[in-house]
Amino acid sequence: MAHLDWILVLVGGWLGLGLLGILALRHTDFVARVLFPAGAAIALGLAAIALSALFDDPETAVLPLGLPNLPFHLRLDGLSAYFLLVIGAAGAGISVFAAGYFRQGEGTPPGLLCLEYHVFLASMALVVLADDAYAFMVMWETMALSSFFLVTANHRVPAIRQAGFLYLLVAHIGAIAILLCFGVLQANTGDYSFANMRAQSLSPLWASAAFLLATFGFGAKAGILPLHVWLPEAHPAAPSPVSALMSGVMLKTAIYGILRIGFDLLNAQLWWWGALLLALGLATALFGVVFSAVQTDMKRLLAYSSIENIGLLFVGIGLGVLFNAYGMHALSALALTAALYHVISHAFFKSLLFLGTGSVLHATGERSLGKLGGLMRRMPWVGWLVLIGVLASSGLPPLSGFVAEWLLLQSFLFTTELPNSFLNMLVPVVAAAIALVAALAGYAMVKFFGVIFLGQPREAKLAEAQDASLLERAGLIWLASGCVVLGLFPVPLIGAIDRVTQLLIGTGIASTVRNNGWLLLAPTTLERASYSPLIFLAVTCLAVLLAVLLVHRLYHGRVRFAPPWDCGYPAQTARMQDTAEGFGQPIRQIFEPFIRMRRELPSPFDEKPIYHVRIEDHLWHWLYLPIARTTERFARLVGRLQQGRIAIYLLYSFLTLLVLLLVVVAK
Amino acid sequence: MFFWEPEVNTLLTQSINLFATGLLVLAFAMIAQRRILTLIHLFTLQGASLVAATLVVAYLTDQHHLYYSAAITFVLKVVLIPILLHRLIDRLNVRWDVETLFNIPTTMLIGIVLVIFAFNLATPIAGLSASIARGTLGIALASVLLSFLMMIVRAKAVPQVIGFLSMENGLFFAATAATSGMPMLVELGIAFDVLVGILILGVFMFQIREQFDSLDIRHLEKLKEE
Repeated sequence: MAHLDWILVLVGGWLGLGLLGILALRHTDFVARVLFPAGAAIALGLAAIALSALFDDPETAVLPLGLPNLPFHLRLDGLSAYFLLVIGAAGAGISVFAAGYFRQGEGTPPGLLCLEYHVFLASMALVVLADDAYAFMVMWETMALSSFFLVTANHRVPAIRQAGFLYLLVAHIGAIAILLCFGVLQANTGDYSFANMRAQSLSPLWASAAFLLATFGFGAKAGILPLHVWLPEAHPAAPSPVSALMSGVMLKTAIYGILRIGFDLLNAQLWWWGALLLALGLATALFGVVFSAVQTDMKRLLAYSSIENIGLLFVGIGLGVLFNAYGMHALSALALTAALYHVISHAFFKSLLFLGTGSVLHATGERSLGKLGGLMRRMPWVGWLVLIGVLASSGLPPLSGFVAEWLLLQSFLFTTELPNSFLNMLVPVVAAAIALVAALAGYAMVKFFGVIFLGQPREAKLAEAQDASLLERAGLIWLASGCVVLGLFPVPLIGAIDRVTQLLIGTGIASTVRNNGWLLLAPTTLERASYSPLIFLAVTCLAVLLAVLLVHRLYHGRVRFAPPWDCGYPAQTARMQDTAEGFGQPIRQIFEPFIRMRRELPSPFDEKPIYHVRIEDHLWHWLYLPIARTTERFARLVGRLQQGRIAIYLLYSFLTLLVLLLVVVAK
Repeated sequence: MFFWEPEVNTLLTQSINLFATGLLVLAFAMIAQRRILTLIHLFTLQGASLVAATLVVAYLTDQHHLYYSAAITFVLKVVLIPILLHRLIDRLNVRWDVETLFNIPTTMLIGIVLVIFAFNLATPIAGLSASIARGTLGIALASVLLSFLMMIVRAKAVPQVIGFLSMENGLFFAATAATSGMPMLVELGIAFDVLVGILILGVFMFQIREQFDSLDIRHLEKLKEE
């Protein structure tokens, strides 16, 4: 059997597991111990097949589903295979974790959750396989709907329902834009298959229209500014494995869509598209990271961090478009490689972090950073594994996040070769801003890890926190080892990404990288820049070892054990340590114009002083609320038609019918 | 071919027009009728004339699928739905007189205007059609509009449902007249829809009466927001 057949069998297996979940609606043990691990095994198989398909020729298939005479076309090429790999690899870890996570009595019955979860996975896999607009849209909407139900798993909480509706609204507005984009792409031929769209050569005007619609539509799903509002609401509302799946995997389907349309279906690119993506991505990244640094809810912090990472991905893609538009294919391949590397790296570390928050949430029942702290001792497994994710997320070597950011900055260094003086002036500024984003991301991650896991517990109940269960640990270990392996051995993955860039722009950087040896990663020439994670790791370990030895030798016997962050005070309470608000305060000061704050400051004479700060989004007040108010005003006007009498309603349709008939007569 | 066949065929073509006229007259009768029981009888009759017209068209054009649709129509609109309606009004105990929102003569006058409008509309379209029953397209359209009118002017739930069903009759006849029938798939779908529709509306009517102790749909006005 060909790869595609196997993949279809596995996806069918996911759907089968979902149906089994419906049959065993309330058998939590069966669902958690059998169905979710089976789903993880399927995900792993999917990743393996996708990896082997990546190095094979494209395959196509026609599914006998859909409307009469309108079957689903599927195609498995390098780009689909790569994203399938991401879905399978990250999905496997998340499913294993979910097996240990979902418990009795959390809103939706476990069997139903199992169905929604596996439908969600299957629809994501089919989205990247779709080869016509019809199949794509059906799968895209299935994905949006199944994730909506997963987000609203605890639908009895009003805030969660609200978050779910906001998500659904933005998802649908985005879907409309994507649908319109396909409408433009088929160029009035009436054939909505991707093969036909590839064959069309649109005029620059229409191609730009299609590209803008795609950017809007997929940007809504990815959470690009100003369509990001659903992300920080939906992610905290969802159960943690779902947040992980949405942030780590689902956002990537939007990246897939941009790549598919921008590089595959549209056959020529204009330079200003790249500039637009660059600007959008940069704004998003900056916005995301600043907001993530001032959050006090751990899942919201991660959600904003996801926005930041999506911004970085857009920057990478924008740079790729820019280079490609000027015919600099090798550099375009470098930028795209950086973006695609970040796709899989982010899938691993962000899923890991979200799952980590899930474990913390289950152990303590707290999401607010102000009530956590000191969990490293209580939950060493979760703590150390999350530390790996945090390091990767901060873009520190030798983990996966660094490789992606390093490649991205490398490709920025070549922008001086662009034959456009305007861009030549602007792009260094962008590169500097990207460096700022990377640094601030580190800041946010220090806050995240430090406040949750280090210091002293801020609440008494944290002393009873239990470490994650065995299955949860397994999921976390899988994802953490992904971050480590991808960080230490970037060259093989670049070989895989090469297949994608070959498909999209006809060239790749793998041959250059291979020529420079597997130990050193050098995207262009060895003289220009190279990075060797293994050597870095060895040197770091050596330095640490040496330092430990020296300390032992020189200070032997003079080691003092004392509480951390003591500052020499004899009595130290948890309230004396730095809080999440305090840690984020400098950022809040510096970036004050970005942020809308509502503060309640206590007066010096208060008996019980209360300090309260609410961080809000300017865009919400400047863009969304006016739109909502206008809509409401129009809705009220329409409401006047509603008289409550059936005869009147019937009369409306009767008169409409007559008017339409009159129009027919007049013709 | 028998020697009398041409004459028979002419006669049959004429009979289509007769049945079509019957449909229209019955539609007018339904607008004028105050008693629910009679209304159901009229509806049954309308169904019967529809079946007869379809059968004749089927025989003349030699289209077998029209026989099937005639059979479906017979089972559904002459047998099943009238039985359901009878049981419904028995159980709801609503054999009383119906009142109308407008007075009957005005409604009839509006109906006449509608018929003229429908005929005016159908003339150019009928010219395009190749069907032998094309002359009756105007009648079909007129009965659709008349049934719609009936739905608007009635204040009680059961006559409204009958108006809805009779509108479907007109629609069906329009399809037969203009294009010698819809595709079988569509026809089956509509037949099923009508059947399910009447069942749901039946349940609905029980609920309405439970809530308001009456089937007068004016009570539903208070369901409006604010």
